[in-house]
Amino acid sequence: MNQPELLPHLFRTEFRKMAAVLVKSLGIGHITTAEDIASETFELALKSWPYKGIPENPVAWLYTVAKNKAKNHIQRDLLFAGKIANEMKSTFSSAEEMDIDLSEQNITDSQLQMLFALCHPVIPAEAQVALSLRILCGFGIDEIANAFLTTREVINKRLFRAKEKLRQQKIAIVFPDQRELALRLDTVLTTLYLLFSEGYYSESDDNVLREEFCREAMRLMELLIRNPSTDQPKVNALYALMCFHASRFAARRNKNNELILYHHQDETLWDEALIRQGAYHLHLASRGEQLSRYHLEASIAYWHTIKADSREKWESVLQLYNHLLTMSYSPIAALNRTYALSKVAGHAVAIGEALKLNLDTNPFYFALLGELHTGHDPVQAKQYFQQALHLAATKADQLTIKKKMESL
Amino acid sequence: MEEYALIMRHEDGAAVASPEQMQAWMKQTMDWIGSIAAQNKFVSGTGLPFDGARVVKSDKTVTNGPFGEVKETIGGFIVVKASSVEEAVEFAKGCPVLQGEGNTMEVRKIAKGDGVH
Repeated sequence: MNQPELLPHLFRTEFRKMAAVLVKSLGIGHITTAEDIASETFELALKSWPYKGIPENPVAWLYTVAKNKAKNHIQRDLLFAGKIANEMKSTFSSAEEMDIDLSEQNITDSQLQMLFALCHPVIPAEAQVALSLRILCGFGIDEIANAFLTTREVINKRLFRAKEKLRQQKIAIVFPDQRELALRLDTVLTTLYLLFSEGYYSESDDNVLREEFCREAMRLMELLIRNPSTDQPKVNALYALMCFHASRFAARRNKNNELILYHHQDETLWDEALIRQGAYHLHLASRGEQLSRYHLEASIAYWHTIKADSREKWESVLQLYNHLLTMSYSPIAALNRTYALSKVAGHAVAIGEALKLNLDTNPFYFALLGELHTGHDPVQAKQYFQQALHLAATKADQLTIKKKMESL
Repeated sequence: MEEYALIMRHEDGAAVASPEQMQAWMKQTMDWIGSIAAQNKFVSGTGLPFDGARVVKSDKTVTNGPFGEVKETIGGFIVVKASSVEEAVEFAKGCPVLQGEGNTMEVRKIAKGDGVH
């Protein structure tokens, strides 16, 4: 790798490791300092490497600089900040004592502990996702803003409030004990699921960035799977779900970056290896008695890796949605259940059920009704699609609905 | 929004169904429940398997099965949200238990635990 490629690459892989270890060493109240130290380290590399040449071991160089910067920071705080540095003083009486351990093991441990700290229920889910993207995945503020379709300011504010909250509540950066783990793991999984969805369903035009969000969510899931106490059935189930979804990445968008619906996807572009990986983890997820919503969602996603329609497929999908809805209701699950019902019991039955759903502010509700009337009552179908179009909030959804109307 | 229990009453709890019948019945029951859950009106529910059932009488004698002198028994129940008893009754009408002649659905409002009910 030559120099122009090397630094961005190292930034991607090393920033997040440094950030996690530094926050772990400095304490939860010093997230911004940790970010600054990691950023400054890369700035220094950017300035000096072009003149002095790439160091023999670039990663070690970065770690050494980061360590020294952290020690200097502590030293300064100890000397000048007096009272403010009290909490640190109790931990380190001198900067020399402080050990910034950038070993592989400590990096992994720190990242896992940070994952639990950042996904603490005291901060809102949206902020958990933004913080995780920043600290655990090393994304820039602009990138996060781009994915959320918002501005730097909004993201900065969100991050600031979340960091303040973590500081005030003195959230410990530790791996939760067994009892605490049972309570906290679900929040972590929800956040990682959101992080994945942020990438998968983002309206952002940046394809590469979207995929990276998904891959990062999967990487953090892998951290959980590799740790024996979090290698639980529901963790494997969520990971399987992500594998199945991610397998369709290459087939989901055309050259103009428009969404290609499932039925029109070229399945030779589906990633077989990811599908197999998903199936493997879904199998692991079936150990024991635990049945989570992720098990059901992963099983549904598994059936969708088989494109051919069959009675068995749709009956299974219908039963999985029935089960999922009793566990956790969502409008999208209700709509998908009704679609599966149409495949099992015919469009007339499904229309009757759809009309009971009480979702008439939801564009996808009208899109479903349009779909169910397609091929049977084109006039009615068109009316429903028009209502859907009227409610559709995103360009991608509007385009999809327009295409449906054209093909009536 | 009130909560109602929809109780499935079987006329003859001792009647034995074949595994195929049981499976078809389970599927239909899940479709019925799924339809209610898709309207966000499902609260909870459970089947009450007949095997291993016991009846404890006032003199503390214990008999096998819920079916002594009376054959009728409860096969399960679900709790739903409904704005009126009429809406709850409409949900009850869809229950596949009613395909069995003599079977009934009982619709009962859930007490609110407010000390009055």
